[in-house]
Amino acid sequence: MLKDEDRIFTNLYGWFDRGLAGARKRGDWSNTRELLKNTPDEIVELVKASGLRGRGGAGFSTGLKWSFMPKEVTDRPHYLIVNADESEPGTCKDREIMRNDPHKLVEGCLIGGYAIRACAAFIYIRGEFYNEAQKLQTAIDEAYDAGLIGKNACGSGYDFDVVLHRGAGAYICGEETALLESLEGKKGQPRLKPPFPAAAGLYGCPSTVNNVESIAVVPTILRRGPEWFAGLGREKNVGTKLFCISGHVNNPCNVEEEMGIPLKDLIEKHAGGVVGGWDNLLAVIPGGSSVRCIPKSICDDILMDFDSLMSVKSGLGTAAVIVMNRQTDIIKAIARLSYFYKHESCGQCTPCREGTGWMWRVMERLVSGEAEIEEIDALEKVTKQIEGHTICALGDAAAWPIQGLLAHFRDEIEDRIRNRKGRLTELQAAE
Amino acid sequence: MTGNELASDQPEVFEFSEENQKLIEGIIAKYPEGRQASAVIPLLDIAQRQHENWLPKVAIEKVAEILDMAPIRVLEVATFYTMFNLKPVGRHFLQVCKTTPCWLRGSDNVLKCISDKLGISNGETSSDGLFTLLEVECLGACVNAPIIQINDDFYEDLDYETTSMLLDNLRNGETTKPGSVIGRNQSENIDGATTLTSLKETDGVVPAFSKTIDSK
Repeated sequence: MLKDEDRIFTNLYGWFDRGLAGARKRGDWSNTRELLKNTPDEIVELVKASGLRGRGGAGFSTGLKWSFMPKEVTDRPHYLIVNADESEPGTCKDREIMRNDPHKLVEGCLIGGYAIRACAAFIYIRGEFYNEAQKLQTAIDEAYDAGLIGKNACGSGYDFDVVLHRGAGAYICGEETALLESLEGKKGQPRLKPPFPAAAGLYGCPSTVNNVESIAVVPTILRRGPEWFAGLGREKNVGTKLFCISGHVNNPCNVEEEMGIPLKDLIEKHAGGVVGGWDNLLAVIPGGSSVRCIPKSICDDILMDFDSLMSVKSGLGTAAVIVMNRQTDIIKAIARLSYFYKHESCGQCTPCREGTGWMWRVMERLVSGEAEIEEIDALEKVTKQIEGHTICALGDAAAWPIQGLLAHFRDEIEDRIRNRKGRLTELQAAE
Repeated sequence: MTGNELASDQPEVFEFSEENQKLIEGIIAKYPEGRQASAVIPLLDIAQRQHENWLPKVAIEKVAEILDMAPIRVLEVATFYTMFNLKPVGRHFLQVCKTTPCWLRGSDNVLKCISDKLGISNGETSSDGLFTLLEVECLGACVNAPIIQINDDFYEDLDYETTSMLLDNLRNGETTKPGSVIGRNQSENIDGATTLTSLKETDGVVPAFSKTIDSK
């Protein structure tokens, strides 16, 4: 288990002062000016060396992403965009950072922004996080008042603004280009890529979009050294990670752990175990609703990191672990996710707009058993026709949970259809 | 993509209060010059807060005028995002999350309690105008499921009984502290946090936190 000394978010549970004074005690803002004496490229190299992979779901190297930004600022300013539109079902980690350790994020904005030569960071927070936004805004105001950001930030000679922008309820705005559209004052409908944000992002200017956690860990990584971060976890899957453990566990919780912790340890040591005991486990969705579920047989020894979960056709995603025990109607649990994607489709691409509704309706019939066995194959085929055929990944995200269900729980679906048919035949015979 | 429709009964005029006008100036100034359209969501939010938590057509047009946007563009935004109410809602706007993590922890019981006590289902307002129920998608507090968001506040770790108490308090004009209703601090393990406990005495400060990179 990770030692407390190696945890980055020491105020994860809000036990201590979230304000500037408390944050300073915890080491935030302690030598920011010195850190900014590195050139932007040196900071990018340090973050690359740390092995940090984006914490928002895709797991792309943060340093590498930064290196895609133009090396010189021309007539178009650069922007850092922080994706705080946390809405992936199961995920509730960025909320804790913003309400309890907001200065880690604000300082991260300054350093990350400096690394990509940005003049400002825009933090796009989901609208429902009203109280969290208030707390984060207080931290931003404190940082301005103390000269840590704004003109001549931390006395570094570098000018940098941080703007907090509240959304208004749309899962799709967590997709980076939909977020940019929304931030520009439009409907949150994803853009075609290319051009990628690094070439033409916010207001057509070079931009990088990073998750809250990715940005908030950067100052600590630089302070303690990239080799410290890279020394935790396994090769290519390094560092610490916030995990959210929800669903059928005795004590749901958020926890910061070492990347690659066994799923079983995570559930048993931190979340009080599965309700009804480990043997009562049915399946886990290990990385937020968009990844494929894994049955107990895989859960027994799987490690919680990008590559381990990828190898079982699932994913670490946002590291939101949704636990389901044997009392769960897993077909209904996944059907509920299908409804979610139907509700959240932006309506732009036909396969997603029409397909998410179609898949949900078929899923509902699988829940009741009022379907034909052949429809299972048809459903699988449709998931494949949606996957990869839309502008953004919402179509994929809607397809994968169903694919996971079909891969691991097809027998259960077939049994339900057959049982219902059997009951109907009995009823008819009785008449 | 919610496809909400505007209310049939619409007020004739809408003006921002003086206080809100000042607020709006400050908000527009946060965005680069010529990019004032970025302020459309914040302004609609202010309008909604000023207008009993719903947006009339005249407010949408007012925002368009202030931001120099075509009214249809602002209407698009107002109908796209779920947090904009285009029809009147009750004083206590109950938004119940029923996405899978909340459902696994019993959001059906929360909804049943609301239905039993208030006699309203999704999208309806109680006859006294106090409560409106809306079933919503993931609110992002899944380890504290199930959750209701009431106006701006999250109420967490609910079940049938605690939902019932919460509704009674609201009806009687008594306040309930937002957050977990079962006395849990925040998102740590309720039987006692499994991490960070050694840092309690040090005020969250990491003891051997001395290593820094070589600075020039």
